[in-house]
Amino acid sequence: MEKEQYHQLEQNVTPKPPYFKNVAKAFFVGGLICTIGQAVSLFYIIFFNFTEETAGNPTVATMVFFAMILTGFGLYKKIGQFAGAGSAVPVTGFGNAVISAAIEHRSEGLVLGVGGNLFKLAGSVVLFGVVSAFFVGLIKYILVTLGVVSW
Amino acid sequence: MVMTFVFAFIVGGIICAIGQLLMDVGKLTPGHTLSTLVVIGAILDGIGLYEPLIDFAGAGATVPITSFGNSLTHGALAEAERHGVVGVLTGMFEVTSSGISAAIVFGFIGALLFKPKGNVD
Amino acid sequence: MVIIFQSRPSLIAAGVVAGPLEKRSIFSQHFDAIYDDERWQMKTNEQGHRKMVEEACQFAMKKADVKNKDIDYFMGGDLVNQMTPTNFAARDLDIPFIGLFSACATSISSVIVASLLTEAGASNLSLAGASSQHNAVERQFRYPVDYGSQKPQTAQWTVTAAGYALIGKHQEEYPSIEAATVGKSVDYGMDDPFHMGAAMAPAAFQTIQSHLEQRNQKIYHYDLILTGDLGQLGLKLLKGMFVESGIKSEELKPLRDAGAEFYGQDEAFQSGASGAGCSAAVFFSYVIQQMRAGTYKRVLLVATGALLSPLTFQQGETIPCTAHAIEITMK
Repeated sequence: MEKEQYHQLEQNVTPKPPYFKNVAKAFFVGGLICTIGQAVSLFYIIFFNFTEETAGNPTVATMVFFAMILTGFGLYKKIGQFAGAGSAVPVTGFGNAVISAAIEHRSEGLVLGVGGNLFKLAGSVVLFGVVSAFFVGLIKYILVTLGVVSW
Repeated sequence: MVMTFVFAFIVGGIICAIGQLLMDVGKLTPGHTLSTLVVIGAILDGIGLYEPLIDFAGAGATVPITSFGNSLTHGALAEAERHGVVGVLTGMFEVTSSGISAAIVFGFIGALLFKPKGNVD
Repeated sequence: MVIIFQSRPSLIAAGVVAGPLEKRSIFSQHFDAIYDDERWQMKTNEQGHRKMVEEACQFAMKKADVKNKDIDYFMGGDLVNQMTPTNFAARDLDIPFIGLFSACATSISSVIVASLLTEAGASNLSLAGASSQHNAVERQFRYPVDYGSQKPQTAQWTVTAAGYALIGKHQEEYPSIEAATVGKSVDYGMDDPFHMGAAMAPAAFQTIQSHLEQRNQKIYHYDLILTGDLGQLGLKLLKGMFVESGIKSEELKPLRDAGAEFYGQDEAFQSGASGAGCSAAVFFSYVIQQMRAGTYKRVLLVATGALLSPLTFQQGETIPCTAHAIEITMK
């Protein structure tokens, strides 16, 4: 059988991902995680003297803590298999990427193993976040200096 | 009050739904998808649209990874306004550090406490 | 060119051990041992992987009532970088060692080499087989085991299992190796590491077709043609290729896949099982036992392997695959 014919056969046999179901699951779980984050924020505002602006920091740290517990007990991946982007996109997903890599590479020691591989999966987010912030900042700075926009 | 929770749910859900479409239809890996969302967050803050989204949806905008892009850019812009172009570099991590620090610290602790598990359900 | 073994080496004994999840395999009652600890009480997954290989070999040797010093060659491989679990098991087994890498097709490529050595008179007894350990392989090829990525329906689950067979001179009461076909590295342009079945099916098709042609046989000459780990979708594609070549689908009944059947209908495992240990575990337990019981008289075992690495995927390459086959008969 020729390659093109085989590609055609493969397209016919391979099931497409259940798009609607996957998007619905991602929407639901992602929304749920954000709602939990909202509750955590409120908790910090009411009991700990944070304001609406400053509560973001301890909230994110708390969400990452939850991710550590769920990852360590092998539960985050079950959520991930169900929810896809619903668990990968919230900051808990970032936590899961870092923590799962850390747990996995412990066998090579804390320095080379954990230290060397911590950002194996999450590094691209940090890289692209910083680089895009840099260019956006630079472009806006130039536009402000030229008088085209204001801060 | 209740409405904040509803909007958090809806906006957070929509951002995740977009991520799911990038993965399923765009056939991007999780790494590519998240990188794309972070860049979108940065650009949205550059044009001044992300902060209003946070005011509207609270955690629905601060919990998804897009908020990383937003805070990094926000910090860069704030410093640039105060201290000129160098601020673009120095300002970035002022506001974002909690997510990344928490991930590093809890990653370390997790590595000490847990072993990888090959369970399927 | 097909290899014909005039002296018909025999599969005298075999040992198969598996990990805790493999209790859910429909073949589990045929395995020699299933362990509750996926790391075999060792500290790392890779050490557990090594221990598993040693245990499988011990079972094979015990059944034939031989010791390490009676074995001429130990050959096999696994999926971890540089096949270190097998290399380290060889160190502890203390037998002359030939390491082989055919990815998930190693179970059969090692038997082919062992049979050639036996035919050439260079070996009285050889251990041949392969193994895989889920955590070690996932970490090598895909993501850390606890990472929450969403696997598609086309994905397969790498089994934790080791299967090793003892190949020796011909004996009537054991299944014997008639012929073998060595596969080429076949690339049909598939590039999705979460859809290995599609990448491997063309290689399996080429090897089976070549073997049948060279031996002047048809599919119905066999009670069973068992591929290693195409999975449910890969098996469909393989059958599709045969239908396209003019064979009616009713004639394809002997064609089965170990990976597709391994975990039964359990959806948690998507398209089925895979890994070097999948073919080894099923071939060297279920198939051999069924042959000795008289259920199968002529069998073609076709182990399939995907010859990629995480690096080639990141560099945008497609996935070449291979399939090796041995024809076994039982009087």
